[in-house]
Amino acid sequence: MTSPPPAADGPTDWTAILARTGFIELDARARATALLDDGTARELCGPFDRIESPWLEPQGVVPQSDDGVIVVKGRLDGRPAVVIAIEQAFQGGGIGEVSGVKIAAALSLAARDSRDGTPTVAVLLLETGGVRLQEANLGLATVAEVCSALLELRALQPVIGVIAGTLGCFGGMSIAAGLCSTLIITAEGRLGLDGPQVIESEAGVAEFDASDHTLIWSIDGGAQRTRTGLADVLVLDDVTAMRSAVIEAMERGVPGEHRSRRIGELRARLEAVDPTDPPAPADLAAVWAHAVPREGDRP
Amino acid sequence: MSRGQSWTRALADGDVTHVVPSVITADAALGADTARLIAVVPDPRSPYRRARKGEVGLREGLALAETVTGAVTEDAHRAEDRRRPIVAVVDLPSQAYGRVEELLGIHHALAAAVDAYASARAAGHPVITLIVGTALSGGLLAHGYQANQILALDDPGVVIHAMHKEAAARVTRRTSDELDELAARIPPLSYEVADWAKLGLCDELLDVEDADDPTETDVRTAKDALTAAVERARRGPRDLSNRLTSPGARVTRAASRRIREALAAQWH
Amino acid sequence: MQTLNFEFPADRPPPRRAHVGVVGSGDLEILMTPEPPGTARVRVRTSVDGFDTVWRTVLERFFARHRVAAAFELNDFGATPGVVTLRLRQAVEESRR
Repeated sequence: MTSPPPAADGPTDWTAILARTGFIELDARARATALLDDGTARELCGPFDRIESPWLEPQGVVPQSDDGVIVVKGRLDGRPAVVIAIEQAFQGGGIGEVSGVKIAAALSLAARDSRDGTPTVAVLLLETGGVRLQEANLGLATVAEVCSALLELRALQPVIGVIAGTLGCFGGMSIAAGLCSTLIITAEGRLGLDGPQVIESEAGVAEFDASDHTLIWSIDGGAQRTRTGLADVLVLDDVTAMRSAVIEAMERGVPGEHRSRRIGELRARLEAVDPTDPPAPADLAAVWAHAVPREGDRP
Repeated sequence: MSRGQSWTRALADGDVTHVVPSVITADAALGADTARLIAVVPDPRSPYRRARKGEVGLREGLALAETVTGAVTEDAHRAEDRRRPIVAVVDLPSQAYGRVEELLGIHHALAAAVDAYASARAAGHPVITLIVGTALSGGLLAHGYQANQILALDDPGVVIHAMHKEAAARVTRRTSDELDELAARIPPLSYEVADWAKLGLCDELLDVEDADDPTETDVRTAKDALTAAVERARRGPRDLSNRLTSPGARVTRAASRRIREALAAQWH
Repeated sequence: MQTLNFEFPADRPPPRRAHVGVVGSGDLEILMTPEPPGTARVRVRTSVDGFDTVWRTVLERFFARHRVAAAFELNDFGATPGVVTLRLRQAVEESRR
């Protein structure tokens, strides 16, 4: 599942690769801290607050003291920011009641500050399989709350999504990724609603062979998602490169029209593809390059 | 006929139209308002093979986004408290699980639908969800879970969950019986609508005579409940904060309330 | 899942509290909070049942050497004895930073 992606297009920049400090190898807390200006990071509701999931221990599942979501306030190139990072190693990054509300509440508080004269950007580090099934209905409900709070902040300040890998961003949280002002991804990152295993078990191996890594990366991989405009920026797995990309996204501000509002573009793209005879993944970007909204259409 | 179809037809005052074969819409009088009903329904001939049974797929995500955004655009000139109610009639097996769906970015189509519903709510449209059948996973996120108010039929055919039982058992490595045993103690795991209603998300459970083929009494019950929900939505917040202040949430979502308070206290 | 409690003689409170690790496969998280000299109190919540004796041995060995007077909360997801000892040492080291 975490096999390396096939080589990206174009020449390989070996100098950059050899000089880098890996971002992917960091855990969620270290990732969040690495993005913020040195010495400004302050974690909220951290391990010693011990706000655990109340639903895991009664099911015989060991909880984690921060429920797998790390909220760090600080400054990003001098500006107020909050980084919200999902720890992929705990329960597959699954969103439960506490972790989901932690994300939603942090986004709402950033929106409140932005309304009250302290513009606060949010960075979401999305490594998650989606809803944590041990908390099923409450996980699902909190993902809806995350989306709502994200949209509330997005109207005021950029919400920057980062999918660095290795888990990727799947399930309900892929919808949240789709709502971000800017989506940054690495070639090792993946984005999709339903993961390969889920599709294979729901629809059979002929529909999606979850052992076919080439297929998985050709559809869900960061390079493909960037080529086809479902992600915005493809970055190298490097702390400095990642931080620069996040700062640049912040400086671009709130987009004139968010991706999830470009309904005309979505329609043109769906109309350009025959679902009974879809293009090969490698050809999709070229097909969509010609798929522009019709004259007089809503954007 | 699916429950989504029969309830939309029963509630409609006037024609039911197809936005696309799998998404229907109609107007319904609710008190002084004319509400826009929207439902996802089966389309056995859909070219999207994995979205023939009423799943929310690419085409459905787009059609939901267009329909909701259309109502918002049409009402933009109206006073915010006079914008029309939008009612999501929910009966869907799930999102569409398929290769072409992933290739073309189904998460993005669903995000467009989520964006449209949440934007309608933020613009003052009362967004009401009426769950009449199954409501699972990503399908419910895209069509139903951005509402100000959520109503559901109190009926065994109403199943609201993050994943259907067989798959949940497989993923969590439990048997179906073990899941039932756990669900009896742990409300968010339950497949029973009465347990779901304890989570603080449900604004009213409706008793009906025939959930498959609503009677005249059932239609009256539902319309009265929807009208009351519209009033509550207009009086209430435009975000989803009422889900944490409801009587059910005060009991079941104590942890949500605690983390929210702690985060606010530590914020500055 | 099993919860185990242990106490060991300890006379050296660490400078400050520390947190290390993650409740991920083959790993554990540790929360260490300084206490007055006298005892190290350890609560282990582990996903793997039936290893009481192994835990006692691993912890006894660690506290015989380090004598850290603190409350330790270990949330374990199947870590090996080697990983447990490593994380305990990291917690003590983190506390000195």
